[in-house]
Amino acid sequence: MAGDAAIEASGLRKSYGDVRALDGIDLRAATGTVLGLLGPNGAGKTTAVRILTTLLRPDGGSARVAGFDVEREAAALRRRIGLAGQYAAVDENLTGAENLEMVGRLYHLPRGEPRRRAAELLERFDLADAADRLVRTYSGGMRRRLDLAAALVARPPILFLDEPTAGLDPRSRINLWETIEGRVAAGTTVLLTTQYLDEADRLADRIAVIDRGRMIAEGSSDELKDQVGGERLDVTLEDRTQVDAAAAALEPLASERPAIVLDGALRVPVSRRQGVIAEAVRRLDEAGVGIADVAMHRPTLDDVFLTLTGRAAEQSDGEEGDAEEEG
Amino acid sequence: MNGLRDNISDTLVLTKRSFLRIPRAPDLLLSFTVQPIMFVLLFVYVFGGAIVTPGYAYVDFLMPGIIVQTMAFGGFVTALGLAEDLKKGLVDRFRSLPMSRSAVLSGRTLADVGTNLISLAIMIAVGLLAGFSFDASATHVAAGIGLMLLFGYAFSWVFAFIGLSSSSPEASQSIGFILIFPLTFVSSAFVPVDSMPTALQAFANVNPITTTVDALRALFLDAPAGNAIWGAVAWSLGIAAAFATLSVARYKRAVTR
Repeated sequence: MAGDAAIEASGLRKSYGDVRALDGIDLRAATGTVLGLLGPNGAGKTTAVRILTTLLRPDGGSARVAGFDVEREAAALRRRIGLAGQYAAVDENLTGAENLEMVGRLYHLPRGEPRRRAAELLERFDLADAADRLVRTYSGGMRRRLDLAAALVARPPILFLDEPTAGLDPRSRINLWETIEGRVAAGTTVLLTTQYLDEADRLADRIAVIDRGRMIAEGSSDELKDQVGGERLDVTLEDRTQVDAAAAALEPLASERPAIVLDGALRVPVSRRQGVIAEAVRRLDEAGVGIADVAMHRPTLDDVFLTLTGRAAEQSDGEEGDAEEEG
Repeated sequence: MNGLRDNISDTLVLTKRSFLRIPRAPDLLLSFTVQPIMFVLLFVYVFGGAIVTPGYAYVDFLMPGIIVQTMAFGGFVTALGLAEDLKKGLVDRFRSLPMSRSAVLSGRTLADVGTNLISLAIMIAVGLLAGFSFDASATHVAAGIGLMLLFGYAFSWVFAFIGLSSSSPEASQSIGFILIFPLTFVSSAFVPVDSMPTALQAFANVNPITTTVDALRALFLDAPAGNAIWGAVAWSLGIAAAFATLSVARYKRAVTR
């Protein structure tokens, strides 16, 4: 067995009645890296996290986390993981400090350490001023930060983050990303689930795309984007009869042949982003082509899904109830 | 290794958590304090004139009954709290921690013993003001209080199971009421059993609430005990053991829905 895999799962299967939440999934995260599980609601992401954190027993397959078997060595495994999720699992009727101290005591940290650790984390997560306020007075972003802090109390070498930024405002998202990056820089292994390609893109070293309980692609973010087709420039012309002239003018910018789509619009695959719009506008202007609209299009989760599955990444009836609520 | 010590420490951490909640959720505090007062006063003054209780003033007859009912319901906070922990994902967090598998439940049921003691003290005080008087030695009164705490503890485990089995905090409350009200009403708590229709009498006579109320009347009022006292202790221990086993098994598989 490769000794440096912090998370290693093979052939994981789990059904709820007739619904196959996981239908044979293999996962691997090397120590100190971030593995992103990307997929829509109901894809099986939360089920995978629950099996790896010992909350659920798989129907088939096996998994090891920090070298411990999820079924046979669950107690030892739990000492080495932290879990934070979409639910912000903190007690509303306790203060922020009380929540973290409670978690520290339940990890059986040495005497005095839970309180020290709580103060340290509240400081780091910008919650020191709110330390002695009841959590029910916290905003959604504050609760999420506290939840993540709770997962870090025992400095676990492996972190499981189940949609850590779902429902957060953009600023809180970026703050949380920076915190996660800090943990990874300090050597923590992270398994992160997300519905957002940009989040996986920024944080994950490897991304596993799952849909309906199966892994449909695996690779680095660049590799996935290549499969999707990278970025493109969408141009809409004022005069649809000029499409050929416009295509010729934009040819030098394109990484592949510009595609002419209906109604005087062009899709131009490009390999870079910087300065593309300005250059396109200049070239079209020189060629005497009038522009109604021009925009960069970046690959989204929908594009990944369209390309990989041939259908849009619509919510598939949420059989897992992933993140449908949360405020 | 340190299994037992960790288990006790985990339980106490979570008992403290339940206690901290009380002053912070004043509506809950009302249910431990005002509700028992209300029940004592309503029963004594509304029904007291209509119910015939040979050999006893109604207030004396009633107090052991109303105390047993209050203890039976004392554990509803456990059902409510566990259902909330499930809903909010806290059970997922606790189950991912290297802590005892029973502490979340035993912490809550232990905290209920504290709140039951508060309710018990308030009810006895109000009862005494409304004309209730003990006809027993201090030892018997103390034994009665002990029996009530044991009985309340047993029902906290019933509520633990209800809380882990229901789909929402609201549902856990109504399930608790639906299951336990018939038990307390079809018993010797509020009326003499022989005043009921025959079918109900048959149920009331095997009802553990009847046994427990009879035991408390024996301890507080020197009523004839028969086997009621040991019967009540046996019921409480049996209910606690059965529902603790069921609840822990359920907790081990519980995940946020």
